Amino acid sequence: MKATQALLASAAALLACTGALADETRIRMADAPEKPVLIANCSGCHSLDYVQMNSRFIKRAGWEAEVKKMVSVMGAPVSEADAAKLVDYLTREYGVAE
Amino acid sequence: MDRRSFVRGVAGGMALAGGQLLLPRSLLAAGLPSGALESEELFALPGKQPLIKRSFRPPNFETPVAQFSDVITPNDRFFVRWHLASIPQVDPREWRLSIGGDAASQPFELSLEQLQRDFEHAEVVAVCACSGNRRGLSDPHVFGVQWGYGAMGNARWKGVRLKDVLAKAGIGKDAVEVAFNGADSGALEATPDFVKSVPAWKAMDENTLIAWEMNGEPIPHWNGAPARIVVPGWTATYWMKQVVSIRALAQPLAGFWMSKAYRIPRGKFATVDRFTTQETAENTPITEIVVNSLITSVSDGQRVKAGAPLAVKGIAWDAGYGIRSVDVSVDGGRSWQSAQLGADPGRFSFRPWQYVFKPSRGKHVVSARATNGLGSSQTDQLIFNPAGYNNNILQRIGVEAA
Repeated sequence: MKATQALLASAAALLACTGALADETRIRMADAPEKPVLIANCSGCHSLDYVQMNSRFIKRAGWEAEVKKMVSVMGAPVSEADAAKLVDYLTREYGVAE
Repeated sequence: MDRRSFVRGVAGGMALAGGQLLLPRSLLAAGLPSGALESEELFALPGKQPLIKRSFRPPNFETPVAQFSDVITPNDRFFVRWHLASIPQVDPREWRLSIGGDAASQPFELSLEQLQRDFEHAEVVAVCACSGNRRGLSDPHVFGVQWGYGAMGNARWKGVRLKDVLAKAGIGKDAVEVAFNGADSGALEATPDFVKSVPAWKAMDENTLIAWEMNGEPIPHWNGAPARIVVPGWTATYWMKQVVSIRALAQPLAGFWMSKAYRIPRGKFATVDRFTTQETAENTPITEIVVNSLITSVSDGQRVKAGAPLAVKGIAWDAGYGIRSVDVSVDGGRSWQSAQLGADPGRFSFRPWQYVFKPSRGKHVVSARATNGLGSSQTDQLIFNPAGYNNNILQRIGVEAA
């Protein structure tokens, strides 16, 4: 949770220094129980339109690979439990069936 | 509302809704993922005209196709592409460029004033094109920024030759690559910094510049102020923005952005320049811009007058071998006619062309195919690769004459 708060704080700082980009707050992600997990884990480093534009053509394995890349390559501190929720959410709301 | 009635609704212009500009659908690339079409909008970053938003942070914005009827892309309409979210406002008076590395015997530092005063100036008109331009049209779709046709631009760049600066730093014969780092960084310490290298021979090419001026004005913040690297003929991944460090290296550069990203399968593309110190058995860094063209004067679904002259206009470009010819088909590729080439601003530039015909009543599928000085042409079948690079597939634009 501490890491999450730090991430959100850094996101707020970034928004403050790149003022006009605060328009990303208009991005509306699909409502679902996992949405707060998405916001907490992903929006510290990038706007969530990255998810929107990459839909709908990715299967579960593809979203799994993207979440894994964000953790192992980009250094996002995502717990295993949250990663599983993210994959569920991304596959259901922004992916395609097998 | 269907697509056609929406087009009529905006009457070929831009509609305002809730303070935001909507896109005239007729200007859009067909075939983008549905989520990319839903999330795009015209949005003006500070100092920019409205561009097509792909993502807000990091900012990724592309130039609308109609803009490319001008051979030079204006600074305030030039596409914006960043990998990492922290992009500082760099004060040109405070900016310093360090030149060194383990293959440079006399490392030194430069202010912008010194860079401009101490080296001979050079200018080049060159296309800056994202490796992933047109990625959104890949079939099947692939993950990444879902660009349409506008992640590119053509500008007159002014600066100094990188080779002159490297010579002053005492670049040695042992240098295999030259690495560039910019002032940007990720939101997290752990995120790999965006650092890129080119082969030493490419760094020493007389056309490779450290530029501070773009179309006669200081380079805009979003395009890499106060100075960026310009690598004519090669894709924009090497054109480091906000460059603060240049290092001559005796060993190949490692790291995510070289070893994993910006790679194409070996043997699939007809590009000439190789980046041998970075090649693996399977893949190689992308290097040159593939020969390509864009139709700018007609758009898909457009209705035109039968029997009246219709000018099909556009631009063509390649990695600097020069555009030899552009052929146009108005019957879906069954027959081809030569387009007339316009003025040549230089071998790294967009080259304008046009072809005029009188459409008979009915539907016509318009395509253009550019061929460069090596005889390389655009493909009619996508050369699929997992990152969606080097897309130069022929456009197919349907117009209805009545």
